[in-house]
Amino acid sequence: MADIAFLLLLFFLVTTTIETDAGLDRALPRKQKEPPIIDYQKKNILRVVLDKEGGLMVNEELVDVKDLREKVSGFIDNGGATADEEGYCTYCKGNADPSASDNPKKAIVAVNTHRETSYGAYITVQNELVAAYNQLRNREALGVFKMTYTAMEEAYQQPETSSAEKKELKRKIKHIQQLYPLNILEPEQL
Amino acid sequence: MSKFAKKKSGELPAVSTASLPDIVFMLLFFFMTVTVMKNSDVKVENTLPNASEIKKLEKKDRVITIYVGAPTKEFQKVFGTESKIQLNDKFADAGDVGDYILMERAKKPQELQNVLTTSLKVDKNANMGLIADIKQELRKVNALKVNYTTYEGDAFNNLK
Repeated sequence: MADIAFLLLLFFLVTTTIETDAGLDRALPRKQKEPPIIDYQKKNILRVVLDKEGGLMVNEELVDVKDLREKVSGFIDNGGATADEEGYCTYCKGNADPSASDNPKKAIVAVNTHRETSYGAYITVQNELVAAYNQLRNREALGVFKMTYTAMEEAYQQPETSSAEKKELKRKIKHIQQLYPLNILEPEQL
Repeated sequence: MSKFAKKKSGELPAVSTASLPDIVFMLLFFFMTVTVMKNSDVKVENTLPNASEIKKLEKKDRVITIYVGAPTKEFQKVFGTESKIQLNDKFADAGDVGDYILMERAKKPQELQNVLTTSLKVDKNANMGLIADIKQELRKVNALKVNYTTYEGDAFNNLK
């Protein structure tokens, strides 16, 4: 009896500590004395504005949140630069629209919010942005390494992965991240 | 033969209560372990938003948590219903976040001090203004790794 009790006790002990927190990781920009001058062309920036009623505007156009993922991934993966231009994107599968981004490295998503925008709506937008990037990264990783990007990241965090494997995974993850860098900009609030 | 026949007859034996103390102790231990887990009680409403593209936070000793949300019922009389920041056990302004981060950072062992993540546990009804202020403060003290802690789920539920 006591053995069983202890067994159950241990079971609860282990299961309750397993519960970990999860969320969206984001790196804030470094604090600079002078604001950096961005000499980007307008077509390389996707302006996402979330107003206080939860309305969403992408490049001055009202958009439903459900369509945001498609819009963003289409914009990043556009590959507008032509083959003879500098910055031609060899791995992009977008529509090569000359009025959208040149290549994923140049593409910037600028998210602007209002002071009264609700945090929930903001997280939804952030989630969709990450989803759009993950979708492209997964596609690319599956093509090059036969493994999705998210699976690689998960494997990297597993404690049972050996350090040699981790090194290899890190290299692959870096490679994919370099192809589709997460360029999310958050300008001053409206 | 008669011996066996005797055993068969008779009512159902009473349920043994010999294991009751064990069970009680077990429950006691269970609740003890669960309550120890929360080291500061949250004084703000803290319904986190949902997100699907989430990543697990790193080890717990590398995380500094900031709670944001409207004060719970018992604190509303004193602090009002506007969203507030909770650092440790106290309500604070956005201006106190920097000091808090520096203090918490100093408590951590040296080798962890520059790999710390700030976990923002923000109620989904909080305003973005406060979050922007917090982010500015975090940038001032160079705490650049941020995790918007969420529940796993469909992100579109946040809009309802």
